[in-house]
Amino acid sequence: MNLHEYQARDILKKAGIPMPEGAVASTPAEVRAIAQHLGGTVVVKAQVHAGGRGKAGGVKLAKTPQEAEQVASKILGMQIKGLTVEKVLVVPAADIASESYVGFIVDRATQRPVLMVSAAGGVDIEEVAAKTPEKIHRLPVDPRYGLLPHQAQGLAFHLYKDVTQVRQAADLMRRLYDVVYAVGASLAEINPLVTTPDGKVQALDAKIVVDDNELDRHPEIAALRDAASEAPSEVQAREAGLTFIKLDGSVGCCVNGAGLAMATMDLVKYYGGEPANFLDIGGSSNPQKVVNALRIITSDPNVKAILFNIFGGITRCDDVANGIVQATSAFPLKVPMVIRLTGTNEKEAMEILKKAGYSAGTDMDDAVKAAVAQATGRAA
Amino acid sequence: MSVFINKDTRLLVQGITGRDGSFHTKQMIAYGTQVVAGVTPGKGGQRFEEKVPVFNTVAEAVAATKPNASVIYVPAALAASAVFEVADAGIPLIICITEGLAVLDMTKVMPYIRERGIRLIGPNCPGLISPGQSKVGIIPGNICTPGKIGVVSRSGTLTYEIIHQLTGNALGQSSCVGIGGDPIIGTNFIDCLQAFEGDPATDAIVMIGEIGGTDEQQAAEFVKAKVKKPVIGFIAGQTAPPGRRMGHAGAIISGASGTAADKMKALADAGISVMKRPADVVPLLQERM
Repeated sequence: MNLHEYQARDILKKAGIPMPEGAVASTPAEVRAIAQHLGGTVVVKAQVHAGGRGKAGGVKLAKTPQEAEQVASKILGMQIKGLTVEKVLVVPAADIASESYVGFIVDRATQRPVLMVSAAGGVDIEEVAAKTPEKIHRLPVDPRYGLLPHQAQGLAFHLYKDVTQVRQAADLMRRLYDVVYAVGASLAEINPLVTTPDGKVQALDAKIVVDDNELDRHPEIAALRDAASEAPSEVQAREAGLTFIKLDGSVGCCVNGAGLAMATMDLVKYYGGEPANFLDIGGSSNPQKVVNALRIITSDPNVKAILFNIFGGITRCDDVANGIVQATSAFPLKVPMVIRLTGTNEKEAMEILKKAGYSAGTDMDDAVKAAVAQATGRAA
Repeated sequence: MSVFINKDTRLLVQGITGRDGSFHTKQMIAYGTQVVAGVTPGKGGQRFEEKVPVFNTVAEAVAATKPNASVIYVPAALAASAVFEVADAGIPLIICITEGLAVLDMTKVMPYIRERGIRLIGPNCPGLISPGQSKVGIIPGNICTPGKIGVVSRSGTLTYEIIHQLTGNALGQSSCVGIGGDPIIGTNFIDCLQAFEGDPATDAIVMIGEIGGTDEQQAAEFVKAKVKKPVIGFIAGQTAPPGRRMGHAGAIISGASGTAADKMKALADAGISVMKRPADVVPLLQERM
């Protein structure tokens, strides 16, 4: 789960990481009041889960409270990558002497949280990493001992020469490491880390991604979820216990298991079609899950044919068949449906479908070809 | 022969009385797996299906029944603790079926089992099966048949699809191992490729990967350097949209190396025959064997 910048800032601030004052607002009038309180030039930043906010016009400078209000009235309500801006963060415009990068990510290869730092921080950090990887310094941290003081200090010397600043940065890295485990983050980064004119090290922007598997034991973090900032169909799917990603094609796919779901989408493409979505109904799926899945797929007007591909293991084919029958009697389908079922309780499933007037096959290639033919109007 | 498990495997089931644990334990027993004990705290002294003794702790189960492998079906919130418990009891092979473990918990589990020389398969995996000998986990036994093909996969149901294609064309399997799709897993492709290369009962290897990470590329390097048996590969996710970005750090650490096209190229460059679709596994194997 992604946290908004203002939410990440709150968490880091509570952990004792220095950062400029600032506040979040949802109306232009609030923005004006915050700008007045801060004094001087401010930055108004859109709070949406999308990269490239600045390039999309979602981050603006304002010299006066009046200007801040005007800028905010444009940013609030604007669309960035299909997401509506509901909130903005207002912070003082910083007088930046240097921009560094500090980030933790849980790394698959070393199986540890890896601390990455670079003196070449800022918006172009990914380009720095791609073109001059030697400017990125990495340290896999042993979680049994945590980030040790000398390790943090060693990395901080890559960022600053002044030992006071080195100590401040090292302290900040250790606090950021503690935040990773405290909130269950799979990513926590500060970009840029800056020095103020009086020499203090400060975090200017923060990003935290929380591992979804941690949310049950961190209800205070789970409560930060902003459903309004996600695509409605994906929110609906998550609430129904399904994994769903909308795509642009015309073959609506309903599959059990992520790997098979991807392989099904690939096969749709192989036979000349385009998948309309990724949808994994998961294991041990009850009929209700299938009903919800069909509801989500059929709400996409681009879908011209629906393809079920079920390999029963934990998932029982008869559960899926019952779900199909329940769903189609509750809301009749307007597009053709091709069903492939095999594995656990395949026979029972075939009986259920036959009684309801549907036919189903057991071969994946045959089913995909038929669905593509239905969706494109071409012969199979 | 086979890899990791065989007819002599003596299995402990952690979470034997739970909904998933009890269902799959019945299936494993029906397949012929030697299930020697189960653990559910608070249910010690009972017998599962009037036969398998249930203990309160893994230590008691180990002392009484001498298992040499354990399978975990406990809920996600308790799964990391279950791995620590069974590692403490010194069982050398742990298979964690449970899905939903926090990745930060896995950063602590891995050093713990490594320094004890224990093999962990999973988490979030379907387990493994050596057809005709033993099955540990949830792979449906009826789709498998004994033979000479070793299968290793990051996926669940996609593995079943490929095994189904093999069995339907009289290509039996020595062992099928589902290593799981989580970011941090105990046993990777290379571990399995090495095991299959050294297994006299395996003539050819099928590896099934997917987008994300660079495990398949590393496996391809290993195949090029160390594997003499024919290897057939598949990568799922050729049409998947570019993954949700994880800040800058994700791109910094892995670059753009996680796509299906990159992985398929790495496999082909290492001399692995690459399937375009699951049904290709049969002709490609026939060509290479």
